[in-house]
Amino acid sequence: MTTELNWNLVDDIRQLLSFHFMLNALRAGTIVAGVAGAVGYLMVLRRQTFAGHTLALIGFPGAAGATWLGLNTAVGYFGFCVAGALIISALPRRGAPNAGLGGFSEESAAIGTVQAFALACGFLFVSLYSGFLNGLNSLLFGTIIGITDQQILVLLIAGAGCLLVLILLGRPLLFSTIDPEVARAKGVPTRLVGTAFLVLLGVAAGGTSQITGSLLVFALLVAPAAAATRLTAQPAAGVALSIMLALLITWMGEAFAFFSPYPIGFWVTTLGFAAFLLATAYRGIADRIARHPPIPYPPRRVLSGSAGR
Amino acid sequence: MNRHAGEIALDATASRNLDGVVAGREVVWLSGAAAQMGGQTIWSDVSLTVRAGEFIAILGPNGVGKSTLLKAILGLVPLAAGQARVLGARPKTGNAATGYLPQRRAFDPGVRVRGVDIVRLGWDGDRWGVPLPALPWAHRSRIARQRVREVIDLVGAQSYANRPIGQSSGGEQQRLLIAQALVRRPELLLLDEPLDSLDVTSQASISALIQSVCRSEGVAVMLVAHDVNPILPYLDQVIYLSRRGVVMGPPEEVITADTLSMLYGTPIDVLRDHAGRLVVVGQQDLPLHRLPRLRHSP
Repeated sequence: MTTELNWNLVDDIRQLLSFHFMLNALRAGTIVAGVAGAVGYLMVLRRQTFAGHTLALIGFPGAAGATWLGLNTAVGYFGFCVAGALIISALPRRGAPNAGLGGFSEESAAIGTVQAFALACGFLFVSLYSGFLNGLNSLLFGTIIGITDQQILVLLIAGAGCLLVLILLGRPLLFSTIDPEVARAKGVPTRLVGTAFLVLLGVAAGGTSQITGSLLVFALLVAPAAAATRLTAQPAAGVALSIMLALLITWMGEAFAFFSPYPIGFWVTTLGFAAFLLATAYRGIADRIARHPPIPYPPRRVLSGSAGR
Repeated sequence: MNRHAGEIALDATASRNLDGVVAGREVVWLSGAAAQMGGQTIWSDVSLTVRAGEFIAILGPNGVGKSTLLKAILGLVPLAAGQARVLGARPKTGNAATGYLPQRRAFDPGVRVRGVDIVRLGWDGDRWGVPLPALPWAHRSRIARQRVREVIDLVGAQSYANRPIGQSSGGEQQRLLIAQALVRRPELLLLDEPLDSLDVTSQASISALIQSVCRSEGVAVMLVAHDVNPILPYLDQVIYLSRRGVVMGPPEEVITADTLSMLYGTPIDVLRDHAGRLVVVGQQDLPLHRLPRLRHSP
């Protein structure tokens, strides 16, 4: 089996697709990237990246525990991630009455504690299950080898369900993200919507973990979404762009992992980071051009109008 | 003339709308209402009537429950006692005929969602699902876009509605949020300190905007204010909440030394400057926290 990279792109792709494991990796990657791109965009808007990160890490003890008990790792990933989502949403949120608009304040110390405990449990399960060391690496940093057809089916069902619920939540989710108080006055059950979203985030993190590993889920959940928010301020376009970037990053990452000795997690993360850097640079330049040439205006006089504050 | 808590019926003053227009139908009606927060009654025995097209300010010291009054009318906070009717029904959330602007700070500069999208959320943000661009629905989404554009024109936000809202100034954000509250043609607009943390120019222009919406669209406006002066020329009624009771009436009858002294239980002066602005001052030996925060003179 020779996997030679040459400069004939068609030939490279044919080479890639000639291996069943690679085909499966691409299928799984496509499902996972689509879900992560969409859910990730809302996660970034809601400023729940810390919660997302924690959910991804909670997948690790799930998967390790499942392996220890001889179960399918997918059961562990999804089970723990969804349970984690429910726990996080049940944590009392210190919602200051004036908590900023346009997103949630970061859920704080409690989540961090849950996260650390989850990691500790993961390592406990790993040490309980001897002869596990190879698996540990792929649990944490992902692998493209050995994704089974059955695993793909599970990912497909979870992913389709996730996207369907996300579409159903749609506008009320955006409303309660941007403007929770008005949304509540308009009859949106913001608490329920928030919990539902965290469960979706759990499913997305659990699914993505199976490809990129628990530690690098972020590459797919955050990077494309963060890049998309920098490129457009239109929510619909943002979701679409985030999904497209996630797909592109995954496909390229898997191809690079195939032709190089380096693991998929590294490639996906690096590509995601590059996309984020490029988008940030674009935003900076675009904003500077928008401000330039500076329009002369009289200096704003400082008035005492807000003295009551 | 001022009637105190429990006996504020406004028959005499209700028709005192600008231009002598006969006041419209009852929009909000409270009778013997009370609200509690953390087990403590914050106000009680509040009875009032607001009619269509009236511009009403809710004034009072900090922490007296002005925001809670709005929330009770919205159905976000249950009444501890008494009765309430809002637009002919019991107060409940999800009422399309009320527009609401909560008390808040500005959007974070990093919020990258356009002003139009924020206004659009006021139109159909509470409907499940996402709008489908497919054919049968195209008509509906065209109506929505048209109404959003209309209301953005109404508040004069055309030039920045397509920018990310985090990049707009406080006054611009406030205009867009007022547009959001207006987009479904509400009959009642509940505004919680919309002028707070704005500069004086923005305060004046937003006040004028609210007044013109109130008149042209016949919307009843209930506005919680820290400082009554920017809106004073437009007001039909003032509701003054305090721990000692509630008074409602025309501003020149409520914001008087006698009434405020009664409400605060301590002597208070109301001064008027040459432009007709009001300055409320307590006696010198008054503990600071008891001072009414009605006006800080420029």
